[in-house]
Amino acid sequence: MNALNRAISRVPDESTVKFDLATAPLRDLNAALHKLTAESNETYWKVANPAGLHAIAAGLNAPVTVEIDGPVGYYCAGMNKFARVIVNGTAGVGVAENMMSGFVHVKGDASQAAGATGVGGMLVIDGNASARCGISMKGIDIVVKGSVGHMSAFMAQAGALVVLGDAGEALGDSLYEAKLFVRGSVASLGADCIEKEMREEHKALLAEKLTAAGILGEVDIGEFRRYGSARTLYHFHVDNVSSY
Amino acid sequence: MCGIVGLFLKDPKLEPELGAMLSDMLDIMCDRGPDSAGFAVYGAGTPGFVKLTLRGPAGTDFAALGAQIGHIIVPRDTHAVLSVPAVEEMAVRAALARLAPELRVVGAGSRMELYKEVGLPLDVARRFKLETMAGTHAIGHTRMATESAVTTDGAHPFSTGPDQCLVHNGSLSNHAGVRRRLAREGVKVDTENDSEVAAAYLTYRMRGGDSLGEALEHSLGDLDGFYTFVVGTESGFGVLRDPIACKPAVMAETDSYVAFGSEYRALANLPGIGTARLFEPEPAKVYFWDRAA
Repeated sequence: MNALNRAISRVPDESTVKFDLATAPLRDLNAALHKLTAESNETYWKVANPAGLHAIAAGLNAPVTVEIDGPVGYYCAGMNKFARVIVNGTAGVGVAENMMSGFVHVKGDASQAAGATGVGGMLVIDGNASARCGISMKGIDIVVKGSVGHMSAFMAQAGALVVLGDAGEALGDSLYEAKLFVRGSVASLGADCIEKEMREEHKALLAEKLTAAGILGEVDIGEFRRYGSARTLYHFHVDNVSSY
Repeated sequence: MCGIVGLFLKDPKLEPELGAMLSDMLDIMCDRGPDSAGFAVYGAGTPGFVKLTLRGPAGTDFAALGAQIGHIIVPRDTHAVLSVPAVEEMAVRAALARLAPELRVVGAGSRMELYKEVGLPLDVARRFKLETMAGTHAIGHTRMATESAVTTDGAHPFSTGPDQCLVHNGSLSNHAGVRRRLAREGVKVDTENDSEVAAAYLTYRMRGGDSLGEALEHSLGDLDGFYTFVVGTESGFGVLRDPIACKPAVMAETDSYVAFGSEYRALANLPGIGTARLFEPEPAKVYFWDRAA
């Protein structure tokens, strides 16, 4: 019996596969996950003993659920497409970085650069996210139930960052068109990031994101403030021509 | 890149396991720093005595040297520990310099022992039998060299004061200037390594009356660059990250211990980790755990 067969044990429900990272290599798990397609019968994967390993369930490309029991290391669920990845623990640097679509749910804290460069899908973090959350996000939606660290949404281009707690220094520095909603305090705004009026359409958008995150009604939408780009940095300006 | 590990025990029952726990943590951080490794362990001390950690070339006959100076020297591979009455410390150092000029005193203090060598971290730990060491707290480092050569001198921890040591992940950009400033103040930095400058800076501040916490606060203004520091003293350890938190750090606290790792992986095998409070130290915030507190 090879390591992969030892690590994978089917439970009575044919659609669920259990994989123990204490007994088989991470590469075998990721290779097995990468083989999945929309037609695969194995649609629910339970992963035990992640022990902070890097790139767990990165590069998924099928509508399956991967539930990981414990803390994960760097780049968990990176580049995710279609899949739902649940982390029952903390996540290291770059969770769901460059996610294309799907849903990633971290039930603890996330380290730096959560959701970095994400193109689509939703990342929900139950705890705090540290620095650079949503850096260069390009369409992903990120909902953080705790607070985010400094330089969050740096150069964020599209998508929404919703923070139920506080934001650290230099929120939204060099921001493009991502929409930022923060319920608590903001230590400081980055260059070209300003507070903007919260109109009905923005409340509706925020409600939509909270609904997708499964927490509509748990917080008062009226408590959020909206931040966006002043749009003075990214348009060509003739006075700055010598700088280009 | 580099990896840092640290362990501060609250539960005395774990003290015999300190070295084994740290050895495992160092091994896991090998891929962050396979060039060299080192560690400082705060073990038992004898009141009125100073422990000197010596380092010599391979094959150094420490026993014969001990007989010559009239003290027992306990060898561990290329290093050895010598416990002498504090009042005799200067005389013993002078005798060592005369009889064995090739030896270096790499650490001194009432409880600290310090070991470092070039090589894979697990190999280094095994050479010194880290897994057999007991103590209240310890810090370790796996090095991927950037600012100076891969040599034993360039390995961490650096000790520049009694029972004080520092490990560093990152690189300092103003170490040459700080080195000149320290030289003017009469503080000698032995190597070309940027991290030793940070250690010497903290020693200089504490010599002037700063607590470790105050010295770390001052370093935020005076040291420029990327850093996560873990600093050991006789009574505990401190943690500081630069204001933009360039280098990683994860901590775990339980009723039994406080543990530091560059990554969570380093903490994954610690007892009770599943229910530990896990957190990332915030940038530019000084953390300190002290036995006396």
